[in-house]
Amino acid sequence: MIHDTQYIIEVENLVKKFGSFVANDNLTFSVKKGEIFGFLGANGAGKTTAMKILCGLSHPTSGKVKVAGYDIYTQKEKIKQSIGYMSQKFSLYEELTVYENFRFYGGIYGMTRLDIQEQTTQLLSRLGLSQYRNRIINTLPLGWKQKLAFSVAVIHRPAIVFLDEPTGGVDPITRRQFWDLIYDNASRGLTVFVTTHYMDEAEYCNRLSIMVDGKIKALDTPQGMKSGMGCATMQDVFVALARN
Amino acid sequence: MIEVRNLVKRFAEVTALNNVSLQVDDGELFGLIGPDGAGKTTLFRVISSLLLFDEGHVEVAGKNPVSDYAAIRQMIGYMPGKFSLYQDLSILENLRFFTAIFKTTLEENYDLIKDIYVQIEPFKHRPAGKLSGGMKQKLALCCALVHKPRLLLLDEPTTGVDAVSRIEFWEILKRLKQQGITIMVSTPYMDEASLCERIALIQQGQIMGVDSPEGIIKTFSKPLFAVKADDFYSLITDLRDWNEALSAFSFGEYVHLTMRSESSTAMQVESYLFSRNHSSVSVKAISANVEDSFMYLMLKKEESQ
Repeated sequence: MIHDTQYIIEVENLVKKFGSFVANDNLTFSVKKGEIFGFLGANGAGKTTAMKILCGLSHPTSGKVKVAGYDIYTQKEKIKQSIGYMSQKFSLYEELTVYENFRFYGGIYGMTRLDIQEQTTQLLSRLGLSQYRNRIINTLPLGWKQKLAFSVAVIHRPAIVFLDEPTGGVDPITRRQFWDLIYDNASRGLTVFVTTHYMDEAEYCNRLSIMVDGKIKALDTPQGMKSGMGCATMQDVFVALARN
Repeated sequence: MIEVRNLVKRFAEVTALNNVSLQVDDGELFGLIGPDGAGKTTLFRVISSLLLFDEGHVEVAGKNPVSDYAAIRQMIGYMPGKFSLYQDLSILENLRFFTAIFKTTLEENYDLIKDIYVQIEPFKHRPAGKLSGGMKQKLALCCALVHKPRLLLLDEPTTGVDAVSRIEFWEILKRLKQQGITIMVSTPYMDEASLCERIALIQQGQIMGVDSPEGIIKTFSKPLFAVKADDFYSLITDLRDWNEALSAFSFGEYVHLTMRSESSTAMQVESYLFSRNHSSVSVKAISANVEDSFMYLMLKKEESQ
């Protein structure tokens, strides 16, 4: 499995310890290219710890991890070049314009000015926001900011984008529009790795894993998980797993 | 307990609260439902006497939050959306701090917090900054309760909290209500609305409706169907292309389809989807939930603007 090129994230027996505390207890999973993969779990289950490792920001205690074909122990910088990251908490510079944000992040990733301009034009036209290129971010509605934050996270054409609770606190219509954007990008071949506390959003993932106390307790399609556990909704699946 | 009439609060050119009116009865569990930026926190800060307002009338237990702020602060417990306890003090030290401020003791009102406190007691010497999200939330609730407030104001206590902890938190709220405490709680999670006795839906500083969850749902007057087919993404785009459809929103594995015409039938939806070559089509007439109603009201508001 681990050498199959259809997988873009490959994790085998990943362990991360902080002192005697085991935050990630022998995780094994893989994510396919172009897949929308939901990474769910209770608070404190170890999701953030695992995400940090996958993004090349933290070192595992043991185990094999490959992201976008690169090894987590020796090729962290290559991994960082190949991924995009967006969280609900921090994404755009509020005092900069839309274009300045694109230019800043593009610059960080070492893109040329011409390439940044081309990518910005294309990404903005896809969102239908081309005419707002020179607007200051803090004058825009929250829903637009979310979509712009996503586009900024993929300006350098990463193979994978990590979305950490991208829809937390967003109104119900904007939340759904954001998922349209996720689908659209996944259909263009982008792999999406997403966390959420909204259980209806879990249903939108191609496959998902549910972590409890540092372990992956379930890994399947939403349909497979529900029928396997005899539950009507993902909410029921989650509650059944997390309460045990 | 809370009376708000025609409240207006502006920050420079932004109108954060635009003519807000609502009433919270004694002993009620009242929900303020709306997304980020709707004005929920501003309303809490006005009610808790922490923020002056521009226009309107506000009363909390018969007191004015501007002139009688001291009396109001004595009888409310306020849990802000952002964790605001002392990170470098332990659980126990934070609790002792709050009891000292309110000139009471932990022992005096221990009954009120016991159920919650026992869950974090094993970590009572750990600094608050080193607690997990769920534990921080429980500690903050204890600190808001130690002086036995008559009114509990909870600003997004369940944001970023997992599905199981959210269920447990609402069970705690129900028990507190049974002890006679009035609770006003805000949340961006629409499914939590049904756990309140009455709710206010708030969006862009305006109240879209105040009623019981059942009453809010009754404002949804159009036929609603839960639709499923093999190719989910093209299902939703095809439904949005359809003139007969007012809106099509994803809801887990279903699309919730709202029809324009009162007389629309499931058969009509099915035949449209067959004409678009969908397979494994299932169409069920359903009644709306609070989230359907919220989106319906948002669309109605946009149309009227």
